Amino acid sequence: MSLLELRGMRTDIGQYAVLHGIDLAVPEGGTFVLLGRNGAGKTTTLRSIMGLWRPSPGSVHFRGTDISALATADIARRGIAYVPENMGIFGGLTVEENLILATARGRFDGARLKRIQALFPALERFWTKQAWSLSGGQKQMLSVARAIVEPRDLILIDEPTKGLAPAIVAAMAEAFREIAQETTILLVEQNFNFARSLGSNMAVIDDGRVVHRGTMADFAADKEAQGRLLGLSA
Amino acid sequence: MMKDTYGTLAVKAAMALIAALLLFAPFLFQDVRAIEVAARICIFIVLVASYDLLIGYTGIVSFAHTMFFGFGAYGAAIALRQMGPGWDAVALGTLAGLGLSLVVATVIGLISLRVKAIFFAMITLAAASVVLVLASQLSQLTGGEDGITYRVPSLFKTATKLAVDEEGKVLRWFGVRLNGKLAAYYFVFFTSLVLFLLMLRITVSPLGTVLKAIRENEARAEAIGYRVVAYRTFVFCLSALVASLAGSVYSIWLKYTGPDTALSFAIMIDILLMVVIGGMGTMWGAVVGAVLMVMAQYYLRDLMGAASEATAGLPLLPELLAPDRWLFWLGILFILLVYFFPRGIVGTLMTRGVRA
Amino acid sequence: MSGVMTRASETLGRFGGVNLLPLWIALAAFLLIGVPSSWVTLTVAGLAMGMMVFLMASGLSLVFGLMDVLNFGHSAFVSFGAFVAATVLAALGGWLDGGPLLASAALACALIAAIAFGLAAGLFFERVIIKPVYRDHLRQILITMGALIVSEQIILAVWGGTPVTVPRPAFLEGAWIIGDVSIEIYRLFAFGLGALVFLGLILLLNRTRIGLLIRAGVENREMVESLGFKIDRLFIGVFMLGSALAALGGAMWAGYETLITPALGGEMMIVVFIVVIIGGLGSIEGTLLGALIVGLTANYVGYLAPKLALASNMILMMAILMWRPSGLRPAVK
Repeated sequence: MSLLELRGMRTDIGQYAVLHGIDLAVPEGGTFVLLGRNGAGKTTTLRSIMGLWRPSPGSVHFRGTDISALATADIARRGIAYVPENMGIFGGLTVEENLILATARGRFDGARLKRIQALFPALERFWTKQAWSLSGGQKQMLSVARAIVEPRDLILIDEPTKGLAPAIVAAMAEAFREIAQETTILLVEQNFNFARSLGSNMAVIDDGRVVHRGTMADFAADKEAQGRLLGLSA
Repeated sequence: MMKDTYGTLAVKAAMALIAALLLFAPFLFQDVRAIEVAARICIFIVLVASYDLLIGYTGIVSFAHTMFFGFGAYGAAIALRQMGPGWDAVALGTLAGLGLSLVVATVIGLISLRVKAIFFAMITLAAASVVLVLASQLSQLTGGEDGITYRVPSLFKTATKLAVDEEGKVLRWFGVRLNGKLAAYYFVFFTSLVLFLLMLRITVSPLGTVLKAIRENEARAEAIGYRVVAYRTFVFCLSALVASLAGSVYSIWLKYTGPDTALSFAIMIDILLMVVIGGMGTMWGAVVGAVLMVMAQYYLRDLMGAASEATAGLPLLPELLAPDRWLFWLGILFILLVYFFPRGIVGTLMTRGVRA
Repeated sequence: MSGVMTRASETLGRFGGVNLLPLWIALAAFLLIGVPSSWVTLTVAGLAMGMMVFLMASGLSLVFGLMDVLNFGHSAFVSFGAFVAATVLAALGGWLDGGPLLASAALACALIAAIAFGLAAGLFFERVIIKPVYRDHLRQILITMGALIVSEQIILAVWGGTPVTVPRPAFLEGAWIIGDVSIEIYRLFAFGLGALVFLGLILLLNRTRIGLLIRAGVENREMVESLGFKIDRLFIGVFMLGSALAALGGAMWAGYETLITPALGGEMMIVVFIVVIIGGLGSIEGTLLGALIVGLTANYVGYLAPKLALASNMILMMAILMWRPSGLRPAVK
């Protein structure tokens, strides 16, 4: 049984039909990459999983249970974390406060905290500073750190490398590889080079539908498919 | 072209009926009170329709509408009082009201450029209350709390005879005296009719379509190329001017202008109730709302007085049923309507009974 | 024009920023008024009034910041608070003259009654009036306006239309005379109580988990939900708190004016909105700032140019909006 299954998911935003029937199965463990051009529906897919937009019809199954009718807060409590495209950090709160919000009891697990601080040293430096003063890359790290403050079964990450410097992107890739060892990541990315080094399985979304699925290894070798589906030149 | 729904036909029939009743009011209803009610209905139809242009068609919430009504009313009133009962006073006063309304509307409209749309409502509220206080403070000019009385051009004087019979007494048609009062009523009726038709015309014109587009999705309208801010300011000024004209006409009819007839928040609340009860975004809604509310104001209170006496023994109920508390029941009705029937009577009707 | 604004901003920034605006206003007034004793009286009055208006307005600001809800009926809680407190004080009239302990008990009862009413009314209001129209700003404005009208009618039905006198505890009456200066004791009390509430709110927001959630929710509701918190329940709590604070403000105002009419809510509504706009939505600090500025300005202008008194609030609001369209200290978004 897959960890996450999307069945025939259609989502409308206002009058616009964005998703026209997504079928996807995400296995447990590792990183699953969702690729696709701008406006293909990748972010909408993540938001629909999270319940921020309601799929209708269609369903989302997590560990076999249909979660499509649940409230966002309940979906989160089932062990799904969301790292949105705009990072969603709270600028007026300090780094510490941002992270502590993600804990169930308002207390940090010492060991996990150390790991996070090792993965993202900048966060320790800015611990008591308000989050709006962080740079773009640091904010992204904070957003990711927040998703792993406590163990989660599935982490949805939306275009984490957008607008970030290459050095930070590399650090991010390192962090993701470590995180993926103990949980499942569903990663939406436009940056193919970043994604190919991380993903074990992948799918391509175009115009609200899944147009390709398979292993990352196969897709990375298939230059023709890359060109056709992602518009990448050789 | 879609066929009109049965509901729409019903509404249109009702409109025709109301128009006929208002047109022939002096002949159909012989008592003085009924004519007052009819005149008030005509004026409020215009006032509410101009407000609907703002709130129903463009989606702008403003609490300053009564203020513009007041500008027109006090303009004509002060001119008539200072300059004597002549047509020059009427013209000057009306123009002064229009001018002031235009200036103030433009200023307020331009402020809305710099602040969030949400604050606009609050700013109009603040502006209206300042003007209310000013009116009572400048009592030399405005008569303060008591208001001012004045004479109107002789055409509208009750004693004026429009036509005389063989004995030199005023001629009667179907029992109705052809005097100045009749002339005044038809002055009110026809100016209201013209203004209402003008606004109706606007709503079906290209301008009306743009306004609706702005109400539906402002960002999209802007993206298509419409300068949203310019349109909103334009509509705001236009509705202010119409309200001002309505005020001038009303002040000529009443021969009295004071805070309670021209400026108070009670009037603003009345307008809101009428536009919601009748239906936002439909000009016909203004008609229905005005008719129902004005009739309620006059006749409901008698009913409530009786009900209050009937329940004299119970706690609280007699106080709530007292005629002065009619606004309580209308307020509850208002809340229920906004909740269940946001389209009001006309709006809901017009979507019912679709013909195949 | 904008060059002047930027230079003004920079100068202000060097001198402590917007937080010190009340100070500058007080100093400017001192220069204009000239007579120290009058200035002190006016300043105390202004600060007291500011504190009471802060109580009335803080709920509105938080609710809008957190829930994106425009509650035009907010001042109904102020009215009810005033009348409930007045009724309790009248009922316990005997205690008010029976020495400071008994009088304080009476006062406490009145204030607690107002707060309790605010909490209950807030709960009812949020569930019945606000919840059905959560996302629709237009209907919110209309429906809450309707609620305001109905509330005023209820007050008229229950308490009648004649002004109600509000008795005060004996030990709060009168004034301290220090040389030329006369400082009303009640005003000091109002200021003190308001300051305590402000501190309490700051502690709540900055030292508790709920406060953390509120601050986060004001910035990004969706994200708070995505972290697993049902923000609905938070809404109800904040709304009730805001209504209770408004009722407390109304109760304090009743004691200040000693004569209240059902029109109280409507009268305060404008001031409250102006304060919230000036201060910036969603932040208590902003509301306090706005309230103090409005309170001081109203009192100074009332003395210096009485005819301008009511227009002064509007002019102040427009001036500040031209400079800072989002208010002086809005919540970070």
